[in-house]
Amino acid sequence: MLSEVTMVGQIAVKASIGVLLGSLGEIVTEKSGVLNLGVEGMMLFGAMAGFAVGSITGNAYLAASAGMVGGGLLGLLHAVFSISLQANQVLSGLAITIFGSGLAHFLGRPFINARGVTLAPLPIPLLSDIPVLGKVFFSQSILAYTAYALTLILYFMLTKSRTGLVIRAAGEDAAAADAAGTPVTTIRYASTVFGGMLAGLGGAYLSLVHTPGWKEHMTGGQGWIAIAMVLFSVWNPLWAFCGALLFGVLTALQFAFQMWGVTAVPQYILKMMPYLLTIMVMAVIHLSPSLRRKSGAPGDLGRPFSREG
Amino acid sequence: MIRLVKRTDRFKGQALAIPALAVLFAFGAGALILLLFGVNPLSAYWAMAKGAFGSGYLASEVLVKAAPMTLTGLAVALGVTMLLWNIGCEGQLVMGAVFAAGVGLFGSAYLPDWAMLPAAAGAGALGGALWAMGPALLKAGFRVNEILTTLLLNYVAVILMEHLYFGPWRNPQGLGFPGTAAIADSAMLPRFFGTRIHLGLFLALTIALMLGALLRHSKWGFQLRVAGLGPKAARYAAIPVKRRTLEVMAASGALAGLAGMGEICGLQHRLQEGLSIGYGYDGIIVAFLARLNPLAVPVAAVFLSAVTIGAERLQTSLGLPSSIELVLKGCLVFGYLAGEGATRWRLHFGGQTTPAMAAEGGHAE
Repeated sequence: MLSEVTMVGQIAVKASIGVLLGSLGEIVTEKSGVLNLGVEGMMLFGAMAGFAVGSITGNAYLAASAGMVGGGLLGLLHAVFSISLQANQVLSGLAITIFGSGLAHFLGRPFINARGVTLAPLPIPLLSDIPVLGKVFFSQSILAYTAYALTLILYFMLTKSRTGLVIRAAGEDAAAADAAGTPVTTIRYASTVFGGMLAGLGGAYLSLVHTPGWKEHMTGGQGWIAIAMVLFSVWNPLWAFCGALLFGVLTALQFAFQMWGVTAVPQYILKMMPYLLTIMVMAVIHLSPSLRRKSGAPGDLGRPFSREG
Repeated sequence: MIRLVKRTDRFKGQALAIPALAVLFAFGAGALILLLFGVNPLSAYWAMAKGAFGSGYLASEVLVKAAPMTLTGLAVALGVTMLLWNIGCEGQLVMGAVFAAGVGLFGSAYLPDWAMLPAAAGAGALGGALWAMGPALLKAGFRVNEILTTLLLNYVAVILMEHLYFGPWRNPQGLGFPGTAAIADSAMLPRFFGTRIHLGLFLALTIALMLGALLRHSKWGFQLRVAGLGPKAARYAAIPVKRRTLEVMAASGALAGLAGMGEICGLQHRLQEGLSIGYGYDGIIVAFLARLNPLAVPVAAVFLSAVTIGAERLQTSLGLPSSIELVLKGCLVFGYLAGEGATRWRLHFGGQTTPAMAAEGGHAE
């Protein structure tokens, strides 16, 4: 029984990393004041780019980097439209999702059912020997450890460092930040590209680690769940980790219930759960006035900035 | 010297200039991508045009696809008029199809023949509206972002529909083919001109006219447009935003649900795979190409339908993956945004900034 619980835990963590990387990127982007609804397209494009480069070069690290570059390029596109052209950010993000998915499917056609590379689990010495937790958290792939590290680094960066202060200033009150000499446009560009890179890496995680291979629509809404988890996380990377884990647990339960022969909850209900629970979680956050007050939503989120006003 | 000067006025023809720029931009960007792929863009676009309008039958298919795109386009346009982003038309369309198929499959035991079509249409609208109600209540009650809730429900709707036609509603005589049995004949929409054009197209056009009149000439429409200026304007004008939110989301969902009803009762005649093929997302593009004007929505829908069908034909004529369709659609939205950006500025030729330009907020760069 314990070994089965360990296994379900391991699957849960494994299933959560893509969403986690997407959420972490989106937190930074949104903290700088830019709303990016293109995460789904960026993840899908990153998944394709990662798998394709892995399939061609045979190098998994190059593959993961390609996913990052692909997502970053789409991030740059979003930045040009939403920051420089001051376009409607909701629409620009949706365009990124449509365009990114289309381009991923278009370019990825030759790679369907192709042979590719995978990133194998890499148990960390000592840590992976901890009972249960070692197997669950520390017998994962290198991208999972990257995601853990990024969670901590981004938490400290955003709350304790000068860089974080500047990013938050650009997102909270762009005009005031600009008056104080903060290069708002540069910061927003950098944050948007960074967010795109992490979304792309999250996508590459899916095609290299979680469900190796390239399939059309393979992200299945994980990009959108990542955006929803940013709300759940109240823009805090540590909470984003918990949110992603919650998503992973729900995904893992589908396997667990099948394994244990639990039929009380039909399979299709379990398949709906990640989406429905994400909606419920968003509702709960908004229900609680105290949570809403300290929610940390950036004041200028989604508002383009120009000196002319 | 040439400078960019910010416009403070709107100029005549802006309503046409933006969609025109969007289309130019999209086909320009698409041409670049096709060139990178080693395809001559001109021959590709010619093949698309032939694929969409090369024969009477092909042109009729463009109109067939334009019907659901008109309805989802209206659904999105209605919402965005008061700044409500219903990105869940895909799911609402699916639920409308499920409800309509339910009436078509099981209704004939309880209903006379003449009542079957109205009942199916009503059920379709109801299914879509109900599916939009969750996000609407969360938005009105707790200000939960409707973009994410409507979108996430798309996935849930598809899972529910698949469960139905793989499971309880599966056709026992279907030879293992996933899908329901055919709906009753009395629930099928009549077709015209020996083509697949069905009554749904005329229904969509009528609704577009009605919605156009309602938005422009009724108090209700006026309130939506004021609410669309922002929360402050809505509060100042004492508009019951919560009520309007619920009404608009229900109406928007009902429109998307009717699109699903049309697909079932007009075309597919059974619930099966291939129902959720992105009409809900197409609605977003249609709505903005039409600049949220209900009367322009059908025109934009015909255009987008032609792009879709033309791009599909590229697969047979040039061996290109049909997903080029999505690439072009993404470019169309970017084109719309670029066009909107471009019309916000104008080029100024010549010397220094004049006081008039300074007053307009112009600046030299």
